[in-house]
Amino acid sequence: MLVPEAVLDRAHEDVHKTQPWNNPDAVPYIRFENVTKKFGDFYAVDDVSLDIYRHELFALLGGSGCGKTTLLRMLAGFEEPTSGKIYIDGVNMAGVPAYERPTNMMFQSYALFPHMNVEQNVAFGLHQDGLPKSEIRTLVSDMLALVQMTKFTKRKPHQLSGGQRQRVALARSLVKNPKVLLLDEPLGALDKKLREQTQFELVNIQEKVGTTFVMVTHDQEEAMTMASRIAVMNEGVINQTGTPFELYEYPNSRYTANFLGQVNLVEGVLIDDDEKYAVIKSDEGGCEIYIDHAVQGHRGMTFWAALRPERLRLTKEPPEDTKYNCVSGKVEEIGYLGGISTYHVRLASGKRIKVTEPNSTRQIEPRYTWEDPVWVSWEAGAASVLNK
Amino acid sequence: MTSDTPEKSLSLKQRFDRWMIKHGRVLVIGIPYIWLFLFFLVPFLIVLKISFAMAEYAQPPYSSLFDWIEEGVTVTLNFGNYLFLLSDSLYATAYLNSIRIAAISTVITLLIGYPMAYGIARARGSVRSILLMLVILPFWTSFLIRVYAWIGILDREGLINAFLLWTGIITEPLIMRQTEGAVFVGIVYTYLPFMILPLYSTLEKMDVSLIEAALDLGCKPWKAFLKVTLPLSMPGVLAGSLLVFIPSVGEFVIPELLGGPNTLMIGRTLWNEFFANRDWPIASAVAIAMLVFLVVPIMWFQHTQSKQEERQS
Repeated sequence: MLVPEAVLDRAHEDVHKTQPWNNPDAVPYIRFENVTKKFGDFYAVDDVSLDIYRHELFALLGGSGCGKTTLLRMLAGFEEPTSGKIYIDGVNMAGVPAYERPTNMMFQSYALFPHMNVEQNVAFGLHQDGLPKSEIRTLVSDMLALVQMTKFTKRKPHQLSGGQRQRVALARSLVKNPKVLLLDEPLGALDKKLREQTQFELVNIQEKVGTTFVMVTHDQEEAMTMASRIAVMNEGVINQTGTPFELYEYPNSRYTANFLGQVNLVEGVLIDDDEKYAVIKSDEGGCEIYIDHAVQGHRGMTFWAALRPERLRLTKEPPEDTKYNCVSGKVEEIGYLGGISTYHVRLASGKRIKVTEPNSTRQIEPRYTWEDPVWVSWEAGAASVLNK
Repeated sequence: MTSDTPEKSLSLKQRFDRWMIKHGRVLVIGIPYIWLFLFFLVPFLIVLKISFAMAEYAQPPYSSLFDWIEEGVTVTLNFGNYLFLLSDSLYATAYLNSIRIAAISTVITLLIGYPMAYGIARARGSVRSILLMLVILPFWTSFLIRVYAWIGILDREGLINAFLLWTGIITEPLIMRQTEGAVFVGIVYTYLPFMILPLYSTLEKMDVSLIEAALDLGCKPWKAFLKVTLPLSMPGVLAGSLLVFIPSVGEFVIPELLGGPNTLMIGRTLWNEFFANRDWPIASAVAIAMLVFLVVPIMWFQHTQSKQEERQS
C-alpha cells in the first residue's frame, strides 16, 4: 500500500517495543483523571483514571452500557464530564468544544454526509480549516489512495458497500491528521469475513500514519487482534488495563477472565499454601487444584481457579497421578468445528467443564462420543487464581 | 386451516380472506383513485368544459358545447374567455398579486416554521408529543372561526389597539385590519402547521451523528446547520412550501375577511365572477388558467427532481 508523504509521521516509534506504559518516566498522551459522568442518577462512567500513550492503538472493551462509548464521547467533546479532568497532549480539555479539539471520530454508523460524494465527504473537515484548494485536493487524493478508494471519488455514500463506507469514514476522520483518532465500533457494521480482513488493514494504516487510535468495541477478538493495550470496562469502571497477552494470561478478576476468551471458573478454598505452591480444594470441581506459585491470602479463603478450555486435557484413562488437577466426568455435548473440537464434560458435582482439543491429526472416527466417561486434567501452571 | 384443505370445506371467512389476499391490494389502491376520479377529475372536466362555453341568461348560465344537428355532433369551443383574461389587466394583476402574496407568506411561514419544527424534532419524547399536539390543536376549531378571531384582534376596536391605547403608546388606533399585512398574518397563521409537519418529519428522521460528525470535523454549530442540517432538510422545506404556497394562491376567505378592498387576489376575482357577475365561463377560465400556471410548473419541477434522484441512484 502506498503511503502518502502528507500523512506519514516518520518519527513514531513502535509502542509494542518501547512499551511506554511500563516506563514510569513516559508522559501519557491522553489522561483521564478521576472522570465521572452521570446521566441523571445513573453513573455511566464512575471515577475512571486512565493513561494512554502516543502511537498506541488503545481499545476500550466491554459490554453494552459499560461506559466505553461515553468515555470516547467525552474525549471527542460531545459530552462533558460531570467531574474529573481529561488531558490531550498536556492540554486540559475542559470546556473545549468538539470543533476545536485535536480529535476526530469515526462513527459507528459512519455518519457520512449523504448529500456529498466521497471526495466532498473527505474534504469536508479540511474546508473547515480554510486550507487552500490545491492542498485540500492533494491531501484528499493521498488519503483516498491510502484507503484504496480512489476509484470511487464521485460516488455518493448510498452507492457504496458497507466496507467502502467504512473506508471513506476512516479517510474523512484521518485526513485532518488529528492527534487522536477515535473509533466507535469501527468494524461493527461489517460482516465477519470482511471484519477480519479489515482489522489488519486498520492496524497497518495506524502503524503507517502513527496517529494515536482509541477505539471502542464489544468484540474481544477484535480488541485482541488490533490493540496495543485494552481496558476492560464494566458498569462504568475499568476492570483491568493491559496488553492482550497480560489480560488473557493474567486476568485480575472473573469478569476479565470471562470477557476475554473462554474460561472455566472453579470455586474452591485454599487449604495449603507455601512460598512456592498453593493447593485449592474445590467441591465444585470435585478435586484438589495444585498451583505452582504462591497466592496472596490465607487458608480457608475462597478462590476461583480459571482454567482455559484449550489448556485442559481430555483422556479416557485416568492420568498417572490422580491426586491433583484431574477430575472425571461424562461427555455431554460435542461441538466439532473442524480445526478444533469442543467438549462439555459434566462432573459428578454437576458442574460443566468446557474443553477444546485441536484435531491436529486426521481421525478415522470421532475420538469421543456422548456419555463417554472421561478424565479432565491439566498442568500445575495452567490455572490462574482469582480472588474476585 | 392448512393449505391442503379442500376448496369446498372452506368457510365463508376463509374464502373472504383468500379473496382479500389476492385482490386486497387492488382494492386498497382502487378506492382512493375512484374517489379522486369522481370528486376531482370529473368536476375538473366539467369546469374545463364550462370554460369553453359562453355566458347565457339561462339555467345553467352557459351555452352547451355540443349541438345535435341531424346525424352529427358539432362542438363549439369558445376561446374568447381565455382571450378576455389576457385582454383585461385585472386578471393578470390578480394572478401576480396572488402569487406575490402567497410567495411572501410562504417565506414567512418557513422562517417561523423551521425553528419550531427543529425544536420539536430535538425535544425529548414526552415533550415532543405535547408540542406536536399543540401544532395540530387549532385544526379542531373551525377555520372560519379562527380567521374571525383575528378580526377581533386586529380590528380598530380590537384587542391590540385596545391594549396599545390603554398603555398610552398610541393615541389613535392603528389600521391593521383590511390591509395586506393582515392577509399575511392570516395566511401565515392558518398554514403554519402545514409547514411544520413535513419539516418535522424530515428533521426528526435525520441522524444526529451527522451533526456531531460536522462538529467533530471542525464546524461551529451554525455552520454545521448550514452545511448539513439545512441541505438534508430540503425535501421537507420543499414539501412544506408547496403545501403552503399552493392553497395560499387561491385563498379566498382570508383576503375577504382580513384584506382591504385593494387586496386583489385571484380567489376573490373568481368568487366575483361566479356569484356577482354570474359569468360561469369566465370564472371557469380563471380557475383553469390558475391551475395551468401553478400546477404545470410544480409538476415539471417534481418531475425533474425525481429524474435527478433516479440518475443519482
